[in-house]
Order: sequence, then C-alpha cells, then structure tokens
Amino acid sequence: MDLLTTFFNIDVLLQAAPLLLKGFWLTIQLGAVSLLISLVLGLLLVLVRLYSPAPLRWLAVAYIDVFRAVPLLVLLILVYYALPFVGIRLSSFWAAAAALSAVASAYMAETFRAGIEAVPKGQFEAAQSLGFGWTRMMSDIILPQAMRMVVPPTTGVSIGLIKDTALGSVVAMPDLLKQATQTQAFYANPSPLVGAALLYLILLLPLVRLVSVLEARKKPSR
Amino acid sequence: MSQNTPASSGTKPIITMRNVEKHYGKFHALRDVNLEVRRGEVIAIIGPSGSGKSTLIRCINRLEAISSGEIAVDGVKVEEGKNLALVRAEVGMVFQQFNLFPHMTVLRNVAIAPIRVRGIAKAEAEARARQLLERVGLADHMDKHPDQLSGGQQQRVAIARALAMEPAVLLFDEPTSALDPEMVGEVLDVMQSLAKTGVTMVVVTHEMGFARRVADRVVFMEDGQIIEQNTPDVLFDTPSTARAKAFLSSIMHGAAG
Repeated sequence: MDLLTTFFNIDVLLQAAPLLLKGFWLTIQLGAVSLLISLVLGLLLVLVRLYSPAPLRWLAVAYIDVFRAVPLLVLLILVYYALPFVGIRLSSFWAAAAALSAVASAYMAETFRAGIEAVPKGQFEAAQSLGFGWTRMMSDIILPQAMRMVVPPTTGVSIGLIKDTALGSVVAMPDLLKQATQTQAFYANPSPLVGAALLYLILLLPLVRLVSVLEARKKPSR
Repeated sequence: MSQNTPASSGTKPIITMRNVEKHYGKFHALRDVNLEVRRGEVIAIIGPSGSGKSTLIRCINRLEAISSGEIAVDGVKVEEGKNLALVRAEVGMVFQQFNLFPHMTVLRNVAIAPIRVRGIAKAEAEARARQLLERVGLADHMDKHPDQLSGGQQQRVAIARALAMEPAVLLFDEPTSALDPEMVGEVLDVMQSLAKTGVTMVVVTHEMGFARRVADRVVFMEDGQIIEQNTPDVLFDTPSTARAKAFLSSIMHGAAG
C-alpha cells in the first residue's frame, strides 16, 4: 500500500462520497442553525447586559461568563446524556445546536459589547437630543455602527462555531466527521477522513480569508 | 438675581430653570441657576472654561441630570419618563463635535429624525431636508457621507439636522470650538441668519464678536453660577460685576475681535 492508495484512494472516496456529502450537508445545517440562534441570542444578551436593570443584568453577566468558561464538549455531553434524566430529551442535532448556540452566543455577546462600547458617546447624545427613544436609537443609530465594527471578530467566532460542529459526532450525530469515521471503519481505509478534512477546508478557508480581508480593509479607513 | 416678571412681550418663557443645582461627585457644577428664555430670544452664554456653561445647556434636554431644582421646556417639566423624548424632540442641539451619523448620507442625517421620531413620510422628510441643506449652503453635498465634508460643512449639516425637527428652541454647545479658524465664519453666518428668522437660540460660545452682534441677552457664568446677565452692549461695555470685568478684559487682551 503506497501513500496514494492509503490516503487518497479514489475508489474508496467515490464510494464514500454520498455519505460524506450527506454528512457535509448536515454539518452546514447544524452550523447555520447554531449561528443564527447564537447571533440573535448574543444580541439579546448584550442588550440585557448593558441596558437592563440590575438583577437581569447580573443574570446576563452570569450566563456570558459561565458559557465562556465551560468546555463545549462537557456541555454537549451534559445536554445529550444528562438532560434526559430530568425529562428533556433532545435529538442529537438539537442537542448539538443547543450546546453550540449556548456557548457561541456568550462569545457573540462579548464581541457585540466591544462594538457598542466603541460607538462614541456623542452618537447616543445626538440621537437622544433629536427625540429618538431607546429602541429607535439602538436600531437606527447605534447598532448599525457597532455591528459594522465587529464584522471581522464576529466572523471569527462564527468560524469557531462551524469548526466545533464536528463535536456533534460525539453524540452520534451523523455529521461530516461521523460519516467519515464510519466509512473509514467500513472500508478499512483512511481516505474518507482525508476527504472530510478537505470538505471542512472548502467550507472554512474562504471565511478565514474573508476575516483577513475585512480586517485589512478596516485599518486604513479609521 | 432671577427676574420673575416675564418680559415686555408677555409671552410665556420657552425655557424656565429654577434653583438648578448640579453636582458631579464633590464638584459643584451648577449653583442655584435661574434662567428664563423667551420665545424668539437669542441668548449667548459666556464665561471661562469649566464655568458650567455647557453643563447648563446639557441639563435643558437632560443629557445631564440635575441634582435639584426644576427645568421646564414649554411648560413641560424635564424629567426622566415618557415625556422626555417629547421634550427632546422640541429642543434641538448642535454639538461641539458635530456628532453626525457617520453611516448615513448627509441627506439621511437630516431626514432620519423627522421620519423616525415624527413619523413623517420619507419623501416629504427628504424634500424638507433638501430645503434645509440648501439653506445652509450644502445643496451639492447631500449624497456624501459626513467624513467627506470639512468641519464647517459638517457643523452646518448638524444645524440643518436639528432644524429638521422644527424645534421650539435650539441649543448650541460651543459650535465653533472644534473648527479650524477659517471655517468658523461660515458656521457663525448660518447661525446669525437663523437668529434673524426668529428661532429661539441658546448659544454657549467663546466668540464674543458673535455674542455682541447677534445675542439679545448675554449671560456671564463663573464657578457654576450666573454672575451677570444683560444686553450685549451693557454687559460688554459696562459690566457691573468685578468678575465679569476681569473675564472680559482677560479675553480682550488675549485676542482682538
């Protein structure tokens, strides 16, 4: 067995392709759903964290700190294997989506906070002096500026989230990595793993590049 | 110090400040400030740096909360609550640092508040914004973003933006202090023409020439207190307090005109 037939075995890859692509599609779905939830939840968290009365604010701070501190794999196993003991039974997909969103939303909230706090005080004052209420001020004046500033770090958090979807295979979710390990075992050949790695790269390399481009573009203008 | 008799015209004051006190921690920023501004009046507030001039006008629309006393705009008490946004919509403000919205075009900057706050239709608000921008001499710059304009142009946009809400009173917080000297004139010209049209204005300024030419009344502040107020001619030529005399002579020696 030479290198090529071991790691890039075309026959095995072709036969594994349907399953790998199915797993890839599931990975994309899991990533997209978790990303959407974590963006919405992250925005909600940061607004509570910054602008709500004290008890709620502490809860948001506690949430953000706890979910940034807990290892994702530990959380995922807790959600999937421990929650059923209290009657909460989630499918592997939703268990993974819940754990991923819970952690990513905490990071999103911190990222957004940096953006909001970077908007000059004068912008708040100008909006207030024109009679904007809080909701309008945030949606029309503050958040558009804040979000623009945090596009690169937010994309970075999103990349991390998509990479972490691979942990879903631990809870028997048939995502890209799980399909790859199973077909690898079936064909007794590691080519499917190499194929999976390539598919991850196809998904994530453009995003990684995008962050670099966005960050480079941000510097000269300000 | 406070004159309780509403002046000759008999109109009710648009702004009333009664026994206003403001503390920042131990710093006593405003001490027993009493001031009435009548409709159509142009008031210049002068005094040394740190005398409380900016604090005073920032309290009028509650960008700063007062420690005690009472402020009313057009009979409505300025306090935290539902009415605050309404009061603020009636009080335009022009800031030292312009504070234009950088993510919007110039036209949008002027039209946004009437659309969002007053609920005016977009087309109507933009038509009105165009008129205002023409009035401040910026007809050719409506589609630009603020960072493409000079400081003087930005400040004129800020004035148009405040006017778009058709406020009952306009507050100016050192509107020319952040400008390069060659741009001060264009902003003061716009303000002077506004004053002629009967807009009520309260202007914190270091431009004594402007205060003398345009103001109906000049208020001199020091250490958070209103020390003296009078017509510009009387206050500048024959100030009655030693502190106003000292301040005026110090700035006259500093810069001519």
